[in-house]
Amino acid sequence: MAYAYTPFPYVAAPGLSAPEPRHKVVIVGAGPIGLAMAIELASHGVQATVLDDNNVVSVGSRAICWSKRSLEILDRLGVGERSVTKGVTWKVGRTFHRDKEVFNFDLLPEDGHKMPAFVNLQQYFVEEYLVERAIELGINLRWKNRVVSVEQAADSATVTIETPDGRYSLEADWVIACDGARSPVRGMLGLDFDGELFEERFLIADIEMQGDFASERWFWFEPTFHAGQSALLHKQPDNIYRIDLQLGWDTDPEEEKKPEKVIPRIQKVVGHNDFKLDWVSVYTFQCRRLRSFVHNRVLFVGDSAHIVSPFGARGGNGGLGDVDALGWRLAAVVKSTADKACLAAYDRERTYGADENLLNSSRSTRFMSPDAGAERLFRDAVLHLAARADFARPMVNSGRLSKPCVYPLSAPDADLPQGAKPGAVAPDAPIENGWLTEALGSDFVLLALGAAPPDVTGVRILTPAVTDTLRKRYLGDKPHALYLIRPDQVVAARWISGTKADVEAALAAAWEGR
Amino acid sequence: MPLITKPNIVDTDEFYAKLLATHRGLSEAQSHALNARLVLILANHIGAVDVLDQALELARDGA
Ligand SMILES: Cc1cc2nc3c(=O)[nH]c(=O)nc-3n(C[C@H](O)[C@H](O)[C@H](O)COP(=O)(O)OP(=O)(O)OC[C@H]3O[C@@H](n4cnc5c(N)ncnc54)[C@H](O)[C@@H]3O)c2cc1C
Repeated sequence: MAYAYTPFPYVAAPGLSAPEPRHKVVIVGAGPIGLAMAIELASHGVQATVLDDNNVVSVGSRAICWSKRSLEILDRLGVGERSVTKGVTWKVGRTFHRDKEVFNFDLLPEDGHKMPAFVNLQQYFVEEYLVERAIELGINLRWKNRVVSVEQAADSATVTIETPDGRYSLEADWVIACDGARSPVRGMLGLDFDGELFEERFLIADIEMQGDFASERWFWFEPTFHAGQSALLHKQPDNIYRIDLQLGWDTDPEEEKKPEKVIPRIQKVVGHNDFKLDWVSVYTFQCRRLRSFVHNRVLFVGDSAHIVSPFGARGGNGGLGDVDALGWRLAAVVKSTADKACLAAYDRERTYGADENLLNSSRSTRFMSPDAGAERLFRDAVLHLAARADFARPMVNSGRLSKPCVYPLSAPDADLPQGAKPGAVAPDAPIENGWLTEALGSDFVLLALGAAPPDVTGVRILTPAVTDTLRKRYLGDKPHALYLIRPDQVVAARWISGTKADVEAALAAAWEGR
Repeated sequence: MPLITKPNIVDTDEFYAKLLATHRGLSEAQSHALNARLVLILANHIGAVDVLDQALELARDGA
């Protein structure tokens, strides 16, 4: 069933008739990242105003694979369960060379997590849920409000906005640019991306069909139905399937998008013509980012800050990682409980995260689209060997799927399980009446397992009963431990035995972004 | 000794990227020559003839 787009109502902004009082935070762009950013800030007590030049959700499915970490973030924002219920849950990926399976992976081989490894859900649904949630929270969403200029002063920024009723301007303490890959705000500040542009194009199509394909990710290198190229098939809700087809660089994108070109290609993939074309797009591979995501009073979040080639699902998921790292810090700066210097840690952590995404995406791109010569030679050798020897299978690179990065923190650490080390997202586990991730995420938490916690101002104490899963993920063979966990659920520091002074010092360091 | 055919490199992607980087900027002939040298270097490192025999056989399979 094709998605029914319902336009959001345009309302004339108060600023059109009289100057508005200075805003704390203005967000440019109501894509998934701008919306998530606004909800995240609201959950920390800061109401932002969101401006979007359009008045509908994403046209086309675009980001479809939401990672476990993203689902945990969406859950914190209030739309996680809805997304999982609607989405197609999957965790197995299969890779084929010609028509033979050469490699498969299971992304979440263990139980005891609230969220599955991946859910496929069209970006328009995620945006729809986020919009509803934002409205519930009283967030001011201004549709058909296009930002046409940004001016910065020392401690504020002013945006000029074009609406169907004319222009107005808003002054704000902070402007967050969530205006996507082509980010007009980036251009207005005279900034540009650094990085690689690959000479490769993919056709991406959503089709509606009554199929019985498994809820798995299927990737082909050089399939007989699309000779010499790559292809990907993914299932989405409502009998919508995503098909990605490598086109090569010598093709004309406008020509390739025409139904008379697309339909025969898809017929070859699915083996019949009993389907309806829902959406088609062509994209070029890019792996690029802004050098810095913080430019005085203008902060870049999501695609405006970095773009990656797909197949690792690192676009949408990477953007939610930014929201995660910025929300609690910016809210504290707005409420004057933290100094604005802590935003440098947002920049440092998320450029680090973006680099990991860029690295993985460019490696996958090289494997899928090797240059002639050695790249091609080794790619073909790996595929040849993958059918014959185990070791070559993990070398087959059809995308390394999004995982949260582990920030390189220099924080107190102890000989405890590696999966919960400082810088990593605290692993989920079932606890009494729910899940650990649900009990974290609004403030700093001191998780005390098997030990009495010291009483520290500014942290909430959590002392769940030590279950086998908690023991395995947090204690290993140690009898007790203390974990200081940030509002973004990242482990800030940990001790086998920690004192009040230890925790206070680590808390201060985390706020200062050290 | 049996030839190790299970994954044995800690960070496969990192190694693969380095391998490609080593070739960057070389002509096709230079790349082939580099590969030949690399085979000889690694073969010497392995040393054991029975292992090398199995490796030769696996590499030849399907050629
Ligand atoms: C064809 C295609 C396929 C994709 N497939 C995948 C995929 O499979 N998996 C994946 O993870 N990612 C995918 N992506 C990337 C994914 O869509 C993005 O990473 C994600 O949308 C980023 O969200 P965002 O909110 O940062 O930007 P966007 O979703 O682009 O949102 C930007 C918003 O800003 C608004 N805006 C722009 N300019 C202005 C202005 N001047 N004033 C006011 N508002 C403005 C826009 O209208 C838009 O609503 C795909 C992208 C494309 C284009």
